[in-house]
Amino acid sequence: MIQNLFDGILVGSILSLGAIGLTMVMHMLRFANFSHAELLSLGAYVALVFDKLLELMVPGLSQTIGGLSLTFSLILAIVISMGVTGVSAIIIDWLVFRRLRDSAGPLSMVFASFGVALIVRNLISLVFGLKSKLYNEEIVFAVRVSTDPLLLIKLDQVFVLGMALVIMLIFHFVLSRTTFGYALKAVSENPTLAQVNGVRLAHMIRLIWLIGGGLAAVAGVFYGLNNQVSFLMGKDLVLSLFAAVIVGGIGSIYGAVAGGFLVGLASNMALLILPSGYKPAVPFLIILIILSIRPMGLFGENK
Amino acid sequence: MIGIISYLVFFLTIGFVLAIAVLGLNLQWGYTGLFNGGVSAFFGAGAYGVILFGGSNKAGQLIGLGLPYPFAVAGAVLLAGLLALIVGLITTRLRHDYLAIATFGVAIAVENFARNAGPITGGAKGLRGFERPFESAINDPFWFNLAYLIFVLVVLIIVYNILESIARSPYGRLLRAIREDEVAAQSLGKSPARVRHQAFILGSMIMGLSGALYATFYAFISPQDILPILTFQIWSMLIVGGSGNNRGAVLGTLVVWAGWVGSGWALTKFAPVEAQLYVGTIQFIMIGLIIVLTLLTKPKGLLPEQLIISHSLDWTESDRDCANCKKQVGL
Repeated sequence: MIQNLFDGILVGSILSLGAIGLTMVMHMLRFANFSHAELLSLGAYVALVFDKLLELMVPGLSQTIGGLSLTFSLILAIVISMGVTGVSAIIIDWLVFRRLRDSAGPLSMVFASFGVALIVRNLISLVFGLKSKLYNEEIVFAVRVSTDPLLLIKLDQVFVLGMALVIMLIFHFVLSRTTFGYALKAVSENPTLAQVNGVRLAHMIRLIWLIGGGLAAVAGVFYGLNNQVSFLMGKDLVLSLFAAVIVGGIGSIYGAVAGGFLVGLASNMALLILPSGYKPAVPFLIILIILSIRPMGLFGENK
Repeated sequence: MIGIISYLVFFLTIGFVLAIAVLGLNLQWGYTGLFNGGVSAFFGAGAYGVILFGGSNKAGQLIGLGLPYPFAVAGAVLLAGLLALIVGLITTRLRHDYLAIATFGVAIAVENFARNAGPITGGAKGLRGFERPFESAINDPFWFNLAYLIFVLVVLIIVYNILESIARSPYGRLLRAIREDEVAAQSLGKSPARVRHQAFILGSMIMGLSGALYATFYAFISPQDILPILTFQIWSMLIVGGSGNNRGAVLGTLVVWAGWVGSGWALTKFAPVEAQLYVGTIQFIMIGLIIVLTLLTKPKGLLPEQLIISHSLDWTESDRDCANCKKQVGL
């Protein structure tokens, strides 16, 4: 019970990070982006590559931090991966979605995003192989926090949860204290009026992809630390991310954060009553329940 | 020689079966503008349905009604329709991409159910052992498959004709009106949510029929047959052929199916041994590229939708451009 609660919060924090970018894109560009989850896998693999590269170049970086399995090089690799993944998201938009935005309807973009997801996911598996990978091959033992009820926690997990919360807090300050935050709010409330006031829409769209991609990369690395780095990560997470966005209400960033935690908790608590094989279907049930009782989401506005 | 012919029979049978599913999707997306991201769910409901309703009860199997074949197919189609009824009830009145997400979720849930509900669906091993009508009477796999090909072709022609007559009927115009401008249709006293729901159910039932024919052909169904990639294959077939055009849907199916089978054959034959594991991966990238490139470069497909203009229009007053539409309509 307590173990499920902890696992739920941990997975929830990762989902929240991923859902922030998705909700921004779904609100601003008005399409359900089925390829967003692939940015998580892309971020996880880019970090893996730079982690190994940095270890080779600067051997001192391969030292682990404290009792974590995390190395200094991985921390640096995460930062690099955030940038690379964010820029990749901009490039994908430039190659595919931007062209369809001008010529076709939003549903064509939904459709194209399926294609993009297939391409990205399978290119990753073509380059990195079908087998899943680990950031650190050493076995990390969990600490027995309590025996009855049983609660096992790895130090890495505490780190992941803490970092996820810190990143969300930083993003909160960016949203509420900077010009970018105000501009984002303005554009999402009324794009035309925001443009009249000198907010450049194309610029904002690029920033949204950059930030959404960057946060997705962190989420991907954290998911990889907690489980494994696999090209199927995106496929496994896409529905949970959508569930988080819909629970929170499309366009609500704080809603997406709350939705992420809720979906993570619900998926893990559901294991108490459902056989574990049914876990992938839980986000779908959440989506159906929310859509039938409160389609605008818990934090969305009624339009 | 007989090998090539029996391969061709297999190729065409599955091609025609898939074409039926593509026609169902065309009714939803091509005519009504409904985004169904879970074709594999409705196909799967039909495929599992026909074996559950028509198969006999085996050891450890909860359901196996042993109904006569036509009733088993009807039950399978109704099962797919019921699934669409429930999903559509919740989503067809909401923002359009909610339907895409919800149907995508249905596909995952159905596959998940098929994989886990062992006593009903046989779990990961699937369901096998299905007595096909006339199989023992013909008693020769080659002639049976040939007969089955003809049966599937007849079903395809019937489905095609029904959909064509729907497309040309006032109801077909209503579907397109809702696709083009929901508010305008509403202002004429139509109920877009209800009509979208109807089209969604009807299209899904056609996909269920396709699934039932698929499972009948193999006399076997497993979760491997209803993976999400099936949805993307069927989508790519429709968009390559031309959404909104039933002839295009059938043509697109055969083109993409030939590309899929051909690339699989070429890769297994010519690719180096260590690349053999990645044949599926390369084919998935191919499907993704087909979808993205068609949308970007040829969004109308090989056979674009034809304008159908009401016969009561006064042609003499129309401008010069409309001579073109007349030619297209065949007047």
